[in-house]
Amino acid sequence: MSGFRAPPRKGENYELSADLNSEYREKRKDAIKKVIANMTVQKDVSGLFPDVLKNMQTDDLEQKKLVYLYLMNYAKTQPELVILAVNTFVKDTDDSNPLVRALAIRTMGMLRAEKILDYICDPLTKCLRDDNPYVRKTAALCVAKLYDLKPELVIENGFLETLQDMIADSNPMVVANTVAALSDIHAAAVTAGSSSDTFHITSTILNKLLVALNECSEWGRVEILSALSRYETTDERESEHICERVVPQFQHANASVVLAAVKVIMIHMRHVKSENLTKQMIRKMAPPLVTLLSNPPEVQWVALRNINLLLQKRPDLLQNEMRVFFCKYNDPLYVKVEKLDIMVRLAGDSNVDALLSELKEYASEVDVDFVRRSIKAIGQTAIKIDAAAERCVNVLLELIGTRVSYVVQEAVVVMKDIFRKYPSTYEGVIPTLCANLEELDEPEAKASLIWIIGEYARKIDNADELLGIFVDSFTEESYPVQLQTLTAVVKLFLQKPDGSQGLVQRVLNTATKDCDSPDVRDRAYIYWRLLSTDPGAAKAVVLAHRPPISLPRTTVSPQLLEELLGEISSLASVYHKPEETFVGRGRIGIDTVQRKGVDLADDRAAAQKALQTVAIGQQAENLLDFDADDVEDGQQPSGLAATTMLTSTPAAANLLSGTSSNPLDDLVSIFGNASLSAPTAQPQSAAPLGGFGFGGGAPSPMPPQTPSVLQATPTPTQQSGQEDLLGLF
Amino acid sequence: MASLIAILDLKGKPLIQRSYRDDVPSSYIERFLPIVLELEEDGAQVTPCFTREGVNYLHIRHSNLYLLALSKRNSNAAEIILFLHRLVSVLIEYFKELEEESIRDNFVIIYELLDEMMDFGYPQTTESKILQEYITQESYKLEVQVRPPIAVTNAVSWRSEGIRYRKNEVFLDVIESVNLLVNSTGNVVRSEILGAIKMKCYLSGMPELRLGLNDKVMFETTGRTARGKAIEMEDVKFHQCVRLSRFENDRTISFIPPDGEFELMSYRLSTPVKPLVWVEAAVEHHKGSRVEYMVKVKAQFKRRSTANNVEIYVPVPDDADTPKFRASTGAVQYAPDKSAFVWKIKQLGGGREFLMRAHFGLPSVRGEHDSMDKRAPITVKFEIPYFTVSGIQVRYLKIVEKSGYQALPWVRYITQNGDDYSLRTALEKGSAPIVPM
Repeated sequence: MSGFRAPPRKGENYELSADLNSEYREKRKDAIKKVIANMTVQKDVSGLFPDVLKNMQTDDLEQKKLVYLYLMNYAKTQPELVILAVNTFVKDTDDSNPLVRALAIRTMGMLRAEKILDYICDPLTKCLRDDNPYVRKTAALCVAKLYDLKPELVIENGFLETLQDMIADSNPMVVANTVAALSDIHAAAVTAGSSSDTFHITSTILNKLLVALNECSEWGRVEILSALSRYETTDERESEHICERVVPQFQHANASVVLAAVKVIMIHMRHVKSENLTKQMIRKMAPPLVTLLSNPPEVQWVALRNINLLLQKRPDLLQNEMRVFFCKYNDPLYVKVEKLDIMVRLAGDSNVDALLSELKEYASEVDVDFVRRSIKAIGQTAIKIDAAAERCVNVLLELIGTRVSYVVQEAVVVMKDIFRKYPSTYEGVIPTLCANLEELDEPEAKASLIWIIGEYARKIDNADELLGIFVDSFTEESYPVQLQTLTAVVKLFLQKPDGSQGLVQRVLNTATKDCDSPDVRDRAYIYWRLLSTDPGAAKAVVLAHRPPISLPRTTVSPQLLEELLGEISSLASVYHKPEETFVGRGRIGIDTVQRKGVDLADDRAAAQKALQTVAIGQQAENLLDFDADDVEDGQQPSGLAATTMLTSTPAAANLLSGTSSNPLDDLVSIFGNASLSAPTAQPQSAAPLGGFGFGGGAPSPMPPQTPSVLQATPTPTQQSGQEDLLGLF
Repeated sequence: MASLIAILDLKGKPLIQRSYRDDVPSSYIERFLPIVLELEEDGAQVTPCFTREGVNYLHIRHSNLYLLALSKRNSNAAEIILFLHRLVSVLIEYFKELEEESIRDNFVIIYELLDEMMDFGYPQTTESKILQEYITQESYKLEVQVRPPIAVTNAVSWRSEGIRYRKNEVFLDVIESVNLLVNSTGNVVRSEILGAIKMKCYLSGMPELRLGLNDKVMFETTGRTARGKAIEMEDVKFHQCVRLSRFENDRTISFIPPDGEFELMSYRLSTPVKPLVWVEAAVEHHKGSRVEYMVKVKAQFKRRSTANNVEIYVPVPDDADTPKFRASTGAVQYAPDKSAFVWKIKQLGGGREFLMRAHFGLPSVRGEHDSMDKRAPITVKFEIPYFTVSGIQVRYLKIVEKSGYQALPWVRYITQNGDDYSLRTALEKGSAPIVPM
């Protein structure tokens, strides 16, 4: 039964095959169209190769194009049969119609079949010298295609030299495509590991390019500008000259021309020593950059990513333009996110009010992600501009007042950073934060609030109660919350030993016995041992003064920034990552790997995580880990617990905080202080915020404790702790 | 430089594709949408460019289509994304609408266009007027064989030779779009004027044109004094026909225009603008029963001007029902698809003021997540003819052609809303406006 009926697909191809061989022209053409239609919907029509091939010789240009298209798609699968097409191709490159000549040479380059390559050289030589510029510009790119397949052929036939000559072509489009071809070949040669410069731009070529730049089409300009950015000179006059010639391109309607021009200027401005000229360039660059924002959103996004980089290098670039980056209600999220980042970058004393009222507006929009980022931006603004911190805190309080869960949680996280930056300045806020304790269900928000409670334990009357809640549910909490709870309870104990011994005992017990995470266990052991051997040292370590945090100016290392600025408008500059990280290539020298490794490490540690948003989960822990980190350097405790902690180094902590001084100095000074007066008395100032005094059931500030109290405290914990530890080892 | 260009439907299925380089197999197209969905699921943003396993995906959205470019190198992202947008506009000029159906119906010509617009991943000719000269749906019916128009490679790549008109005329439209944002206290937070000079050019031969504007910088550089007001354009962008180096030298706008309709230049001013059409709304929200609006519109421009086709969009809660309206002028409609009502006023005279009231019912039960209302701003659409906010003026348009014909330039001015004319002035009644800090 089944043998009787042929599968329908085969039937269709069979019919097509018949039609392709029909004696009627129209019927053949219709059949070709059907073949192409099937090809478009990804049906396999490769079997019709010989039949389609027969229709190649025709005066009908449309039909010829369709056949060529078919050949391009299936040449690879039918390398033997492609040979049959060669004759027609070669003949077509001699056609009287330049459109046909160009089509033939363009398609031949796309066939990608080994066998046809030997036949392409002669027609290509001819086409490169064609009278018609349309043919020449097509042939120029064909050389790059050939190089991609078989570089030897290009070199043997002297095509490279021909291309070099064609830079002087009278037609600007031919020049542009020639430049594109040479740049492409250069890139391919570099990838293949060639050290010689296949497209060396001499000063003569430079001048030709500068002339062609003003005459060629928009896309041609992009190619020429990229070539200009590769021109190497150290001569200041020459660099100035290039900049002057390129600046008019800022007025081009095509955004990629503008960005390509920005790239050239950024590269050649490095050699310009005249302050005046540099300033002038920067001034001229600003308006076109702003105008890029009137493009479609995808282009805006590319522009914003690049503007972000430019601002890291030149913070003065768009000084007075913050308002143009205000988010529009209908902007896609990816645009809004970039705008937020740039707005914070541009924030200063003069515009911070406008920024804050705008951020507050965003915080009431519907998109949760955007709302969170807006709140983060408020925190960043507070950390960036000291004078505005109080206003930022007020806005955050208003937002907390909305009692919208995710708003409150994000605001709590942000507040923690503000407390880090301005210690004991906004204590009046603490009651409000604590009042929202039950609303918090995200680990990061919880951890942040616990950190705040631990840090200000002495000022919070019911700190032990609050922390007790978390100790009760200790095993159910996530690890970051556990770690924070542990540290906060120890802080509480060191500040108010009286009522919290039981609590410490409980948390240390739970953490060492019932906890799955080795980090939590280890930290608990360290604290335990520390508390039992030398409470004074414990105090010095756990309550140590923390280095201040600040908002970084750059998110990538200076080295990488320079590299990326040299690649403005490329994918690398959009991702803010070096090319090697996303271009799979497999041919990277050891040197580059190492260098990139360093860059990447910088990138990761310094930039994206800690610095930009001091708030994100893991590094929130890092920041808060300082006390634990300091332990093993200063005290050198023995035992397993101590060694595992060594993994997080104080160097990282320094990186995070932005101070590059020797970490040991910090420690020394800490201990110096500690021995004299362990608890450096917190400023007694009640609440600098007028409207937020401690009222009602809110905790009131505690008097600073004297060291003697601490020393005198007999700690039963010590005993049992030591016993436990001894039992363990 | 793109290795492959494809147009995909919303399900991620390629409707048509063209490979330009061999380094990215076409099978990667099918991976695009799964990655997008995966990113969305992880709560990550889907940005226009992203990279996965050494392949870079660059894409734009157009109605129900994705236009996708793939590349393996560190390509020029701006160029590729812009090219995709240009591809959209060329296809729209060819088929009026770009959607799944028009792609299926016209695959032959789209292949031809893709072949002509990009070669080996490098954009070539993207001027649809020039493309239409040698790539047409009817080409095979022509007796004469088509040849590449000289314009394709000419230094003047936007105009063909031998154009003839019986009557030589030029129409200039100066269109200014105002974008502004008013915050809840009634202050203008951000404003900009986006101007465009559009031309309809019906001129014979190869005419040389020079356009004179009341450009302040030009007056200053040439030392001439302006009669009347001069304006300071912050940034100017030109069609590729304008000689940029001449503009840089002495601010002369000189060019050989393309034939027919095109945008000669665009400019931007960020001088503060007073809201030409002011709207505010008092909202009375009775949770669980109804919401009432009182909207006031005021035309804040000179009496002799009139705003036409004014449309005021006031946002309402998604679940509002049973609308009732009363307006002192114009008509009001409920637009539930936009979660707003629209007050349309055909003509709004300068200095005039009108009121309207709206009443909606609200469901008595609300979901928990509705505690935060979407706070979309009020948006306004309008057109004010014979008027420009910036005060830009066309001083002259000189037309010189070697045959020496006389040509007439016609100039029109119009001011309209931009794509973001929004006012956050819908306030809960009784709530004091939020005072800026």
